[in-house]
Amino acid sequence: MFKKTLLATAIVAVAGVAAASAASARDQIRIVGSSTVFPFSTAVAENFGKTTSFKTPVVESTGSGGGIKLFCTGVGVDFPDITNSSRRIKKSEVETCAKNGVKEIVEVRVGFDGIALGQSKAGADLAVTKKQIFMALAKQVPVDGKLVANPYTMWNQISAELPATKIEVLGPPPTSGTRDAFVELVMHEGADEFPEIKALKGDKAAYAAARETMREDGAFIEAGENDNLIVQKLEANPTAVGIFGFSFLDQNADKIKGATIGGISPTFEAIADGSYGVSRSLFFYVKKAHVGVVPGIKEYVSEFVSEKAAGNEGYLADKGLIPLPDAERAEMRKSAVSMSPLSM
Amino acid sequence: MDEPVAPRGLQVTDAEAAHVRRRYRSERRFRLLGAGAIVMALTMLALLVTSIVSTGWSAFYQHSLKLEVYFDPAVIDPDGKRDPDTLRSANYTSLARAALKAEFPEVEGRRDIRALNGLLSNGVDIQLLKMVQADPEIIGQRLPVELIASDDVDSFLKGFIDRDEQESNRRVKDNEIAWLDALEAKDAVVAKFDALFWTSGDSREPELAGFWGAMVGSFLTLLVTLGLSFPIGILAAVYLEEFAPRNKFTDIIEVNINNLAAVPSIVFGLLGLAVFLNFFGLPRSAPLVGGMVLALMTLPTIIIASRAALKAVPPSIREAALGIGASKLQVVTHHVLPLAMPGVLTGTIIGMAQALGETAPLLMIGMVAFIVDVPGGITDPATVMPVQIYLWADSPERAFVARTSAGIMALLGFLVLMNALAVLLRKRFERRW
Repeated sequence: MFKKTLLATAIVAVAGVAAASAASARDQIRIVGSSTVFPFSTAVAENFGKTTSFKTPVVESTGSGGGIKLFCTGVGVDFPDITNSSRRIKKSEVETCAKNGVKEIVEVRVGFDGIALGQSKAGADLAVTKKQIFMALAKQVPVDGKLVANPYTMWNQISAELPATKIEVLGPPPTSGTRDAFVELVMHEGADEFPEIKALKGDKAAYAAARETMREDGAFIEAGENDNLIVQKLEANPTAVGIFGFSFLDQNADKIKGATIGGISPTFEAIADGSYGVSRSLFFYVKKAHVGVVPGIKEYVSEFVSEKAAGNEGYLADKGLIPLPDAERAEMRKSAVSMSPLSM
Repeated sequence: MDEPVAPRGLQVTDAEAAHVRRRYRSERRFRLLGAGAIVMALTMLALLVTSIVSTGWSAFYQHSLKLEVYFDPAVIDPDGKRDPDTLRSANYTSLARAALKAEFPEVEGRRDIRALNGLLSNGVDIQLLKMVQADPEIIGQRLPVELIASDDVDSFLKGFIDRDEQESNRRVKDNEIAWLDALEAKDAVVAKFDALFWTSGDSREPELAGFWGAMVGSFLTLLVTLGLSFPIGILAAVYLEEFAPRNKFTDIIEVNINNLAAVPSIVFGLLGLAVFLNFFGLPRSAPLVGGMVLALMTLPTIIIASRAALKAVPPSIREAALGIGASKLQVVTHHVLPLAMPGVLTGTIIGMAQALGETAPLLMIGMVAFIVDVPGGITDPATVMPVQIYLWADSPERAFVARTSAGIMALLGFLVLMNALAVLLRKRFERRW
């Protein structure tokens, strides 16, 4: 009895390895990359699988940087065909790609993602500027011309118009793309409004540290990558403020409200027309060498940029993606469908 | 001098009595603390289970809208040839939408029609397609069909969206509520057991997302894990326990095995990425590689448990077998191993249960992915139950919260089953010496 089990399990193992080496050609698109683009990419993948005769692509959520790294490792069925990114690919990354044989990359910009500052409906309304957010969250702020450890503990210490509540902001950890974008779009710009910080420009390290370091005294809390968790914590604590993607605000509009930044509320329209200042573009990159080798890549790209997906009333808009302006969208569709490679 | 002397044993001085009382008191205290610890553990468990069940139970049923759908031959099969490809690519959504529009002919204007269509799930086309594929005869007929409602409508009907909330903050608007009320008045809103959850793969629409793909993925992964770690683990344990000489070298091996059991699981994932994917070129996201990585992780558990079970077999059994002329191998395979099997199996099942709940090592080898198709073999892309739960927990759509908890319930169910099996095996076959 025991011998038989042993034999059977050995056969299973060997058969498995044999089957694996047989499955070398691939008939399924593989996508990696940003967790911000993940919900949109997966929605397109599902619709693509449903409406065409191709297999549904496999989408992995690896983060933008990790995705580009995998994408740039080489050409061939072992490497992904497409990578999603919540930022533009860097020049250095394009060079790494080229070194590994990934020469032609097609860049597709799909839309915007807004980053919202939100709080529980039970809390007082918050209307802030980027400068005020910087003052609330930076580790060091200029006071009387000198950089000192952040002295503010209450919002109304920053400005008398702000509510008299404790500064308590829940945000994503440094590994998150949302955090990168928040630092770049809010902290950098807020910092540059202080001449004291601008004066540091000569000293690169000090300048970056002054603009980017978040405070660590408990007023800014790293609440993890899961935006749903931040939303739940906000509900439980009406004075806390959270930083998360617009789609989470959109889905939970009955429980949380967005703070205005520079007088503009985070709404679909304000992000789309660019008046809301905290939004970033979302991209995906296609390996041109794989088009025609792995079936369906061209069709997947056309599905993604089609009006029924990325348009003003497309299904991606329902999922929280803010579409590109009409003219840009038409142009993007043209260049995506013709697969014109990126040049940097 | 002649006073009777009580036997020494019965005489208790005050000091001694106080001492005894103190001892009783401290025992009572200890018992209370112990009972308190149990009560606390049980309360935590009860809290966990209640919170999961109370958020998750609603994922087990789903609302549908019962509408009369006209299977229009002009839409489904214009040339009347019943060609499977034509049937497959027909626009079934328009049929469902026409059925809904027929209920509310007064709805006009692009925005309102869009809102009306939003009552139905994006999955109604597949639903109708399946009906037609199952029985092409229904083309041309009018049939009442229970069309799946969208996640927002479902949440509203389940009472998770408050109709007294200000309209702008509600995901279901006033006009949609009016339509739903009208349908409800006609008994056209039905709530039923959600079979899709148990039969389909993942989806970005909460009302269509199912757990079956992840369950199959977990099964295939564990099959590979078992197929590798069980024979290797037993062989290693038997060799170390029965054949290997006791020296420095085997001591080092033993220490290393014990250390490996405590290594964080992500390390095995990194190893899998470097060795199985990059060096051997095995496919990404496949249960085969996942199973191999998890096998590495469970091996130490199995080896340690198996060695303990082998050690528990009394030496007299071995000596008796050797004494009547059995070879060393016969002693092991005929006597020691069968007697140790219950313990070995218990260890294996505990190891498998551990592997069932693992996500971290799978992240590195690409099993944390959105996969719609239910895997058909160990080289197909697949995901596993805990990963599916993690992906749902991260999704913005609110209806995924219930799915997440329902997934946790399913996973816990499997864990309980596996552990119960381990207990049963031990109870049934264990020998006491």
